[in-house]
This record gives sequence, structure tokens and C-alpha cells, in this order.
Amino acid sequence: MAAHDAHGHSEVGAHTQEAHIVPKRVYFLVFIALIILTWVTALVSRIDMGPWNIFVALFIAIIKASLVVFFFMHVWYGTRLTKMIVASGLFWLILLLFITMADLWTRNWMGVPGR
Amino acid sequence: MDSNIVVAEHAQAAHRAVRHHFESAEQQRDASTVGMWVFLVTEIMFFGGLFLAYFAYRHAYPTAFASASNKTDLWIGAANTTVLICSSLTMALAVHCAATSKRMLLVVFLCLTLVLGSVFLGVKGYQYHDKWVHHEIPGQNFHCEGCADATHTPLFFSLYFGMTGLHATHMIVGVGILLVLIFQSWQGRFDAAWHTPIENFGLYWHFVDIIWIFLFPLLYLIDRSGKGLS
Repeated sequence: MAAHDAHGHSEVGAHTQEAHIVPKRVYFLVFIALIILTWVTALVSRIDMGPWNIFVALFIAIIKASLVVFFFMHVWYGTRLTKMIVASGLFWLILLLFITMADLWTRNWMGVPGR
Repeated sequence: MDSNIVVAEHAQAAHRAVRHHFESAEQQRDASTVGMWVFLVTEIMFFGGLFLAYFAYRHAYPTAFASASNKTDLWIGAANTTVLICSSLTMALAVHCAATSKRMLLVVFLCLTLVLGSVFLGVKGYQYHDKWVHHEIPGQNFHCEGCADATHTPLFFSLYFGMTGLHATHMIVGVGILLVLIFQSWQGRFDAAWHTPIENFGLYWHFVDIIWIFLFPLLYLIDRSGKGLS
């Protein structure tokens, strides 16, 4: 193993990747937050909040997903190009969901034929 | 041990070199990260269509969706979510070990990820079996005990099986790739200088985790508190 390690750092690019190493502490903190949020969202779902239940559930899911994207997937430490690609993916997803749902939500607001 | 090192060094020499169309190792690395994210964006749109179908039908048949989603087991779902998040942690730690050239720990964490992923799939299989036993699979013998709006409850279960099934398919593919990566890690193919496959697989695995983070509330948690729904 010692010979292997000594060799490992003499090659091209050995220094370039080290800047990206995320401290283990960050992973454990994110992990604890994710576990807590999972059980919070499971318990909160049993409280009757009328139409707000789905928004609370999705809000917690979005926080959890953001933690995973930023820290487990390193986007927080990533290049601008990576961030832009992630943002553009989300942008198109939001277009898909919101424009279609805006249509479906508003169709029967007016009691007219052709809705 | 000695022959292992020789094999490992050959493999590293072949992979670590910067390809001629890149200026530096850093640029090569960034390009592979960007490429992986472009793939993941196509995956977002792939799953996005299913999420849209879910929202559209839930909007159209709220009663059917509310009573059908109460048929899923909340606590098994939460426990399985926990298992998947643990597997994401072990995967993140595996990437960390690859980036710090800890070969044995890399193998250990990849194996843990494999085990946790398999546990998740096993529990999923158990839940599918439960649905099968209770005739809650859409089709000729479909029957939903005490469900409101019986005409449209199969829609919820179609989406349930479609979405969790596509998610599980991604996990099965992930498990297959993990087996290869564990073997290659054991051979010593990855170290601080070059571990792109480990990193990109980590992105894939976390992405699959994110899909589940949204599937869990949508399929298990919605309308749990609804009054007057069985």
C-alpha cells in the first residue's frame, strides 16, 4: 500500500482534485438533517391542515432535495457551468409542471362551454 | 499483493492521462461532471412527465387519490426512506474515500451502499407483494377495500407502480454498476488523481435518492389526515 500511495501523487492532475474534497463533517450534518426531516414530514402528515398538507410535504421535500443537490452532489462547490445546467433543468421542469397545472386549475373557474 | 499493485498501476496509467482534446486534468474532470449533469437533467424531465401525470390526475380525482394513498404503509415508507438516505451517506463517504485515496474504505463504503440499496429494493418487493395479495394491482382482479370513487382508484395505483417501478429500475441499474465499481475499487483503479466513475456514479445514486424524496410524500403522505376518508 505504501508503494502505491507514493506513486499515486506523482502523476498529472494529482493536485487538481483535492480542492473539491468536502469535509466529512458536512456529510454527517446533512445526513442528520435529512433523517430528521424525513420523520418530521411523516409525523406532520397526520395533522389535518386542510389544503396545506401537500404544500408542507412538498416544502420539506424541496429542502431535503436541495441539501442533497448542494452537498452530497457537490453543486455548492461546483463550477458556474454545473450550477447553470442544474438551474436550467429545474427551470424546464417548473415550466412543464406549472404551465400545465395552471391550465387544469383554472379551467372551471368560468362556467362557460369549451372549458 | 505485488502483482495487484502492478495491475493497478497499469490501469491507472491508462486512465489518468489527460486526453488530447483537454487542456488540463481539471478541465477534463469538469467536462465529465457537466456531462453527467446533462444526463441527469434528461432524467429529471423523464420523471417529470410522471410527476405531471400524478398532479394532473390528483387534481381531477382528489377523492380517489386521497383514499387510495391511505392504502400505502406510512411507517414502512418512512423506514425505507431512512434506509435510502443512509445509502446516500455511505455513497458520499465512498466518494470522499476515493478522493483521499483510501482504497479499503472505498470498497467498504461501496459495499455498504450496495447492501442498503438492496435492503430498499427488498422492502419495495415486500410492499409490491402486499399489494398483490390485496388485489390492489390495476387490472381484472383489482379491488380496493373501502376506497371512495372506485372507478378512479386504479389510476392512483397505476401511477404508484409506474413511478416506484421506474425508480426501482434505476436502483437495480445502480446496483449493477455498483458491483462493477466495487470490483474495480478492489483492484485499486481509483485514487485521488482519478476517480471520475466513482464521482459520477455518486451523482446518479443521489439523484435516484432525490426522486424518492419526492415520491415518498406524494404517494405515502398526502391526505393522511383527511376526515371522512377511509
